Amino acid sequence: MSTSVPVQGWGREAMARRLAQDIPDGSYINLGIGIPELVARFVPDGRTFIYHTENGLLGMGPSPAEGQEDPELINAGKRHVTANPGAAYFHHADSFAMIRGGHLDLSILGAMQISQSGDLANWSTGQPGAIPAVGGAMDLVAGVKKVFVLTQHTTKTGEPKLVESCTYPLTGQGVVDRIYTDLAVIDITPAGFQAIEIAPDVPFEHVQAMTNAKLTPPSASLSE
Amino acid sequence: MINKRMPNAAEAVADIPDGASIMVGGFGEAGSPIELLHALIDQGAEDLTIISNNCGSGEVGLAALLKARRVTKVICSFPKTANSTVFPELYREGFTQLELVPQGTLAERIRAGGAGVKAFYTPTAVGTPLAEDKESRDFDGRTYLLEHGLTADFALIKGLHADEHGNVIYNKTARNFAPVMAMAAHTSIVQTAKVSAPGELDPEVVVTPGIFIDRVVEVPHPAHESELIAAGVSYP
Repeated sequence: MSTSVPVQGWGREAMARRLAQDIPDGSYINLGIGIPELVARFVPDGRTFIYHTENGLLGMGPSPAEGQEDPELINAGKRHVTANPGAAYFHHADSFAMIRGGHLDLSILGAMQISQSGDLANWSTGQPGAIPAVGGAMDLVAGVKKVFVLTQHTTKTGEPKLVESCTYPLTGQGVVDRIYTDLAVIDITPAGFQAIEIAPDVPFEHVQAMTNAKLTPPSASLSE
Repeated sequence: MINKRMPNAAEAVADIPDGASIMVGGFGEAGSPIELLHALIDQGAEDLTIISNNCGSGEVGLAALLKARRVTKVICSFPKTANSTVFPELYREGFTQLELVPQGTLAERIRAGGAGVKAFYTPTAVGTPLAEDKESRDFDGRTYLLEHGLTADFALIKGLHADEHGNVIYNKTARNFAPVMAMAAHTSIVQTAKVSAPGELDPEVVVTPGIFIDRVVEVPHPAHESELIAAGVSYP
C-alpha cells in the first residue's frame, strides 16, 4: 500500500453523528468543550437527550440568536447558551452531586491521551511553567456512568493519542469506556483496545499504525 | 429588627482585614460580584487568600484585585482564562500561590465547610497528580481521597434579588458557587440588583435562606466583565 495516498476518515461532524447514534433515548449527558459540543447537532430522530453543563444547568439548549446573548446564561466553556423548556438551574454542589453521585448517564470528553486500560489524560501536558487548570474533568470521569472520548486519532503533529500508558498527567485511571476517532470506534476491554468499527475506506492496518498499542480488529472480537 | 442592608459596596467591605480569606462567587463572568471586588480594591486590604473557580479576565473585577497585588494565594479549579495574563504573571513570579482543586471537589469542600462537615471521601482525582500527599481509603473495593471542608472569613457573591433578611434568589447560571459560599463564610456579603422589604420574595423560591447572609448591598445595574473589557476598562 502506498504511503503517499492520504487516508481520509470521518470528519468532525461525522464523528459526532456516529457517536450520537449510540446514545439511548432519554439520556442525561454532559458534553465537553470542543468536538463533543457537536454531538448536540446530531440527535437521531425520535430521541430526546438532556444536556447538563456543570456550571449549573440541566436542559441546555443551542446558542442564542445574535443579540439575544445573556452574560449570565453560559455553559462550562463560558459560551452563551439557552435553556430548553423543562430546564433547571442549580448551584455547583448540586451540579457535581449529579456528576459524582452517578446520576448522569454519559460524559463525552476530548483527550490528549488514552491508555489501553482506559486511563485518560486531558488536562495538562505537565510542561514546566504551564499554568495548571483542571476544571471539572476529574469529577466527570470519576462519577458519570459511562465515559466516551471523542477525539482525533492522532495529535496535530501526527502523534498517536491511543497509547499503552499515558505520559501526560492523568485525569482519571481506568475511566474510559469507548473512544470515537476520525478513524475508528474503539472499546476499552480487559484485553486493551478493541476496534468495533473502522471508518469507511480506512484500512485497519492504517488505524493500527496510528495507534501506539495493540489494537484488536473488529472481526476478532474477544467473544469469538 | 433585622435589616442586613448596607448603604453601599464600600461600607459592606470596609472591615475586611489584611490576610483575610475570601470566597468569591462566579463561574467565568456569570455571577462575578464586580462592584464588591472593585470596592475591595479601593479599600486596600492585601495578603488575601481568594477561593474562587476562576481568576477573572481582563483587568477588571477579580483579575484587577490580583493585578493590584493584593492576593498572595488562590484556591481555584481553573485559573487560566483566554483573555487574562494577570494570574499567569503573578504565578510565574511566585507572588501568588495556587492550590489547584478539581471543580466538584472545590464545590463540595465549600459545601462541607458550610455544613459543619470537617472532611469527606471522594473518588475524584484518584490516581492523578492531585491525589499526591492525600490520605486515601478503600470502600467497597474502590479508592477514595480524603478532602477537607473549606471555610473563609468572608464571601463576596452576586444575586438577582434579596430582601433585608438576607434571603436571595439568583439569575440563571450566575448562581454557581454563591449558595455554598454563603454557607461557608463567617461574614457573607451579597450584591443584588434589587433589595426589598421582607415578604416580597416568595418563600417557596428562596434559594439562599437569610441565615447564611450577613450583609446585602443593592447594585441596580451591575457590570459584566465582558462589557467592561469591551469598553477598554482597566480597574481602577
